[in-house]
Amino acid sequence: MKKSYLKNGLKDGVPICLGYFAVSFAFGMVAKEMGLSTFQAVLLSITNVTSAGQFGGLNLIAIGAGYYEVICTQIILNLRYSLMSCSLSQKLDSSAGLGHRLLVAYGVTDEIFGVSVSREEKISPYYSYGLIVISVFGWVLGTFLGVVSGKFLPASISSALGIALYGMFLAIIIPPSKTNKVICGVVIISMIGSVLFSILPYLKEISFGFRIIILTLIIAGIAAWLFPVNEEYKEETAHAA
Amino acid sequence: MQHNVYLYIFVMAGVTYLIRMLPLTLIRKEITNTYIKSFLFYVPYATLAAMTFPTILTSTESPISAGIGFGVALIMAFLEKSLLMVAASGCMVVFIVERILGL
Repeated sequence: MKKSYLKNGLKDGVPICLGYFAVSFAFGMVAKEMGLSTFQAVLLSITNVTSAGQFGGLNLIAIGAGYYEVICTQIILNLRYSLMSCSLSQKLDSSAGLGHRLLVAYGVTDEIFGVSVSREEKISPYYSYGLIVISVFGWVLGTFLGVVSGKFLPASISSALGIALYGMFLAIIIPPSKTNKVICGVVIISMIGSVLFSILPYLKEISFGFRIIILTLIIAGIAAWLFPVNEEYKEETAHAA
Repeated sequence: MQHNVYLYIFVMAGVTYLIRMLPLTLIRKEITNTYIKSFLFYVPYATLAAMTFPTILTSTESPISAGIGFGVALIMAFLEKSLLMVAASGCMVVFIVERILGL
């Protein structure tokens, strides 16, 4: 059983791996420009596994910012992961103990979270390990090659791969939107909200990480208040998806 | 760089790990409160939708290729194709639009 969960995770993580490769390749190049060694860049990728946080961190390292500033920036850029962790705490098989939870926590990223919640049933930690292993593999390999090659990926390839992760998100949120009107509303309103945050004065000054947190708290909060979910309803949706 | 790069890396990693780890380890029991359960049920849809749009439109070299890639991925997702199929068809369309049609 464990082996088949692991295998499923590895398989479902392939699109993440591809998308990560393109992003981390760019990260590796920038890291090199900022004066990091290959080892340091790879270490940064393997210990952090977060694109916005790592790019933000690079800038701070380059200007020699204080550690306090580094801590605050990471919190601002990455706090959305805690919201995802809350959600995953319920998605993870309840028999998964502390040890498993400590390991699964290492790999809470936007994409791994997205794929995990797209599963109908509760997930085994071994499924998470599969997702994490293949995703981090793409992330670290991309970083390494980005540093050592010192050249950008051919523009045609990096541009095409750039859309991969968003395509994956659509594959997660659109099918349930077809059968569940509330989910459909949540998706559309969240997109409109995100557009407003990217164009309106003041709102557009807010970092991407906080934009996601604010929109999620408000929209999921209101949806939960107006349309509470009962068990059968939830299962119906999950099966339809 | 007068600070130690390794220290920076570990500070970043430590903060990020704590953010991820605390909710997963502190919330061990099944939540029974209907409001919180419902909230957590809607969280992924709000989060992923807000992340995807409009950012997807700037994810490639040109807004045209990104827009068409978005449209195709949307259709494939609507047809309930697998994650890999939806992602890959988006990539292929972007490649075709940019390199063959030159947009």
